Amino acid sequence: MKDMTDNGPLIPRQRDMHPVPYDPDYKTSVPRSPKWPLLSMESTPSEETGPRFGNSLLGPLDNNLILNFSKDGSPAIGERILMHGRVLDENARPVPHTLVEIWQANAGGRYRHVKDNYLAPLDPNFGGCGRTITDAEGRYQFLTIRPGAYPWPNRANDWRPMHIHISVFGHSFGQRLITQMYFEGDPLIDRCPIAATIKNRSQLDRLVAPLDMARARPLDFLAYKFDIVLRGRRQTMFENRLEGM
Amino acid sequence: MVQPLDTLIETPSQTAGPYVHIGCIPTFAGLPGVYPQDLGLSPIAPGAKGQIITITGAVIDGTGWALRDAMMESWQPDAAGLFAGQEGADPAVSGFCRFAADKDSGLFALTTVKPGPVPQRGGAMQAPHISLWVVARGINIGLSTRIYFEDEDNSTDPLLARIEQRPRVDTLIAKKTGEGQYRFDIRLQGDHETVFLDI
Ligand SMILES: [Fe+3]
Repeated sequence: MKDMTDNGPLIPRQRDMHPVPYDPDYKTSVPRSPKWPLLSMESTPSEETGPRFGNSLLGPLDNNLILNFSKDGSPAIGERILMHGRVLDENARPVPHTLVEIWQANAGGRYRHVKDNYLAPLDPNFGGCGRTITDAEGRYQFLTIRPGAYPWPNRANDWRPMHIHISVFGHSFGQRLITQMYFEGDPLIDRCPIAATIKNRSQLDRLVAPLDMARARPLDFLAYKFDIVLRGRRQTMFENRLEGM
Repeated sequence: MVQPLDTLIETPSQTAGPYVHIGCIPTFAGLPGVYPQDLGLSPIAPGAKGQIITITGAVIDGTGWALRDAMMESWQPDAAGLFAGQEGADPAVSGFCRFAADKDSGLFALTTVKPGPVPQRGGAMQAPHISLWVVARGINIGLSTRIYFEDEDNSTDPLLARIEQRPRVDTLIAKKTGEGQYRFDIRLQGDHETVFLDI
């Protein structure tokens, strides 16, 4: 029997729980934000299906950013951290076997990218990307270094708080989400115009990963926990309308 | 006070930023070798059934400038309207593609098989379309839209029928520029702003 919560339409997005598209303090959003309202509609198979990726995709170091760019096995420079958590849906059920990708700056706050010419040096052993697939309980983990804060051209002296970018698929194309993880205690979070595009404070707090000493490994790495909630699907058990598929 | 709900709220989005390519298409971003190849290089494998088409376009901001840093993902069924994983679906169609605007011209190109029509809940038929998701620096939550085709019958498509301002329907329709060739521009803002979906 198919699980009923996998049959219904996607729960509509609560747009007020997300960042505002247009925010003058984040200058690039000004010309890149739609002005017309979105067209709201119940999801269809086009949004309810989505790509699936198997574990055969993964190499052994894909979720180890400390080593996955190193040519000779030397570790990347920086504070060693474990980033871990669960992917759940709005019905509080785990999302198993889904692809999670991350990217980040190095310990000095520099990205390995042609357009990043910040003063901080590149680390020859650090690339800055990783990926993994959640297990049967929706759990994932990455071993990486804590990224540095970095300045960016926006207002005259804007700095990004330390952050890791995260991309998650879920099982439906309509669940697709990209977000950023911040670190507990970083004073730059409250000064960041990108973080401030989220107007609901408790929603912004959900992007701040707490230090998790229960998962820190003595003499090796600290740990930060970051759970991710994707859109869920409405239960359809009392609906007698014919299912489309 | 009332009982707490057992449901959770979706994690808020944040912009993909200027370096999304590092995480999603690292070989394209100049980090070869981390993965054997970038994910979603093509939505089809050799032998895919149906008409092979190429859709070219640009993501254009409110000033008329084509974004050089946009990344897109497409999702679609095979030529018979079946999605990967569904019974009878063409094994040569994964249906998923990741592609980026060219860093010099801003142009993107998607080569795929033309999708078939897909029924929606209740049985109404949707005209052939490709779902598209656009992220970039300055886009705080990924933008969803659809590519329909000028040479298909779009007259009874339920989504297009919901667009009240009829001149806007045209923003979702790829224009045929040659045999198997289409043009589809995404306008984030301004004249002919693309219809984006909350779906
Ligand atoms: Fe960043």
